[in-house]
Amino acid sequence: MLRFVLRRVLWVVPVVLVVAAITFALMHRAPGGPWDRVKPIPAATRANLDAKFGLDKPIWINPGALRAERDRGTVNPFVLGRAFADSQFLNYLGNLVLFDFGPSYQSRGTTTVQEIIGAKFPVSAKLGMVGLVFAVVVGIPLGVLAALRQRSWVDHLTLAVSTVGVAVPSFVIAIMLLIVLSRRFGVSPLRRPEEWDGLGRAYLLPGIVLGLGVLAVLVRLTRSSLLEVKRQDHVRTARAKGLAEGMVVRRHMLRNGLIPIVTVLGPAGAELITGSIIVETIFNVPGLGREFVDAIAARDYSMIMGTTLFYAALIALANVAVDVAYGYLDPRIRRA
Amino acid sequence: MAARAALRPRPTTDDPRPTPLRGAARLGTPRSLRGDAWRRFRRNHLAIAGAAYLVLLVGVAAFAPAIAPQNPVRTDVKVAGAYRQAAWVEDANPKRTGSWEYPLGTDSVGRDVLSRLVYGARVSLLVGFLPAVAILAIGVPIGLVAGYLGGLVDGLLMRITDVVYAFPALLFFIVMQVALGETRFGGMLNGLVLLLVTLSVLSWTGIARVVRGATLELKEAEFVLAARSGGAGIGRVIGRHVLPNALAPVIVAAAFLAPGAIVAEAILGYLGIGIRPDVALDAPLPSSWGTMIFDGYRAWQSQAWMLIAPSLAVALTTLACTFVGDGLRDALDVREGR
Repeated sequence: MLRFVLRRVLWVVPVVLVVAAITFALMHRAPGGPWDRVKPIPAATRANLDAKFGLDKPIWINPGALRAERDRGTVNPFVLGRAFADSQFLNYLGNLVLFDFGPSYQSRGTTTVQEIIGAKFPVSAKLGMVGLVFAVVVGIPLGVLAALRQRSWVDHLTLAVSTVGVAVPSFVIAIMLLIVLSRRFGVSPLRRPEEWDGLGRAYLLPGIVLGLGVLAVLVRLTRSSLLEVKRQDHVRTARAKGLAEGMVVRRHMLRNGLIPIVTVLGPAGAELITGSIIVETIFNVPGLGREFVDAIAARDYSMIMGTTLFYAALIALANVAVDVAYGYLDPRIRRA
Repeated sequence: MAARAALRPRPTTDDPRPTPLRGAARLGTPRSLRGDAWRRFRRNHLAIAGAAYLVLLVGVAAFAPAIAPQNPVRTDVKVAGAYRQAAWVEDANPKRTGSWEYPLGTDSVGRDVLSRLVYGARVSLLVGFLPAVAILAIGVPIGLVAGYLGGLVDGLLMRITDVVYAFPALLFFIVMQVALGETRFGGMLNGLVLLLVTLSVLSWTGIARVVRGATLELKEAEFVLAARSGGAGIGRVIGRHVLPNALAPVIVAAAFLAPGAIVAEAILGYLGIGIRPDVALDAPLPSSWGTMIFDGYRAWQSQAWMLIAPSLAVALTTLACTFVGDGLRDALDVREGR
């Protein structure tokens, strides 16, 4: 089990590396530099800024620095290696290990990307938790109920609602809610900034909207998984030996039927994150998702890249957590 | 044999009752697998409704110039009025009161919303269909090769697949669009080419895994062994024996690619990094639902239909695609992926 966990956790490293390299390469192809303003800044200032943030160095590797160091007669392989690796990308990677994403270009270097993430992510995390809790607390019981009463009106209604929930993107639901609430009922779903500080009512509506997609997937999967378990021999045996129905459901059906549910929590994490980008802008939530959208509009490349990597690492970790949980619940997986 | 069994008519997970024998089956006439699947698909009313809606949408997209009541690009604030309400909405300002000449109202520069919606179906259908074809063209060969050859090739291809799978799709789309949107390549066809490429290069992992799984199972099947011992080359074995039998899960997975791509276009449009609107009066692709959502979101308080119309169009289309996908899954008897 320890080997399995370790292998899974270490798998995050190459994933994040590849994501970082691709994002870095793409961001470098983007036209316009970090210092582009309406009024062009003088070349000397630009050179100073470039030097200060290391943007005058080569992008991937620095053979020039290696040669210079060797010409100076250095033989220490560590010093030589450091000179060779003194490039924009490798320095960026090195700083990443220390959770340093560099300065936000939009703020002209007065704030760092990690400061913005630190300030804004808690709001997004709270929103995501509300969405996830809502999806799990409502979705799983609904799925169980639908499976136990297969082909009843509960089942049909639940299936209909969850199909719509899977198919209709959450941002459409958010937009419709925004329009219906504020135009028909005159209640603006938008909140004042200070209302986001604790974990207040403000989180309820955007949290529910965010959780709807996950909820729909959970309902469908719970239902189909339980329908499968319901027909298995061990459940029939449990009934045959005279167990009370509640006992059969809880001990024999749910225990087995809910294992596959764990697997959707990985994709669910990704969906909550990407969903939060949209839901936060629509409901004006001061979280990292909205900050990301602002960074896109402002072409703040360092912020876009930092947030992308942060999100990617988060999703990769969520997937690892799911794999580990699944391996713990179902020992057959560990050998795969 | 397991693979053949997967295609045999069998009660689906949703319906444990035995399929009643009717018509040809009762008379003992042989029925084809495809005919069976089609029969089951036809019984699913939602799937038929979804398919009918999609056919209708293709018609709308093809005959957009004949259907659209106005030119979708002409801006004429003096006649059309900016932010004119939908036809059935009264407004204190006579320039903004709804008129059936502009059934869903007009946008900020007096363009007819319904006409733009009708033309927008073209982009959404292209975006839903073309990347799906590209994804199949990448994913199916990778899955086949990995599954059939196994060993080192399989290990390598699957590690690549794992890494690509872990890259959060929407974030990658955003990075691609931001980075390449203003390059020469990004400007081709107002960004449509870039968008199609963006949506194609990442999402093949699901298909590759499905195909690999089916191939792993099929290559042990007796009929594949028979073909090989009969002297069939690798290309023939894969093309004639493995691939046709692995198609069912691929068709189902492919059916779910389209709604994902359409939603992605809408989200990128909403973020302002999707397709750029074309201002030429005779542009074949003057608008997309994504960019309409972008415009509508900035004006929903003055002209709500600018936002409601494209959002509903996206929602209905993805719903129709999902119904068709669900119908195909049940008809081809593919189990829901985990």
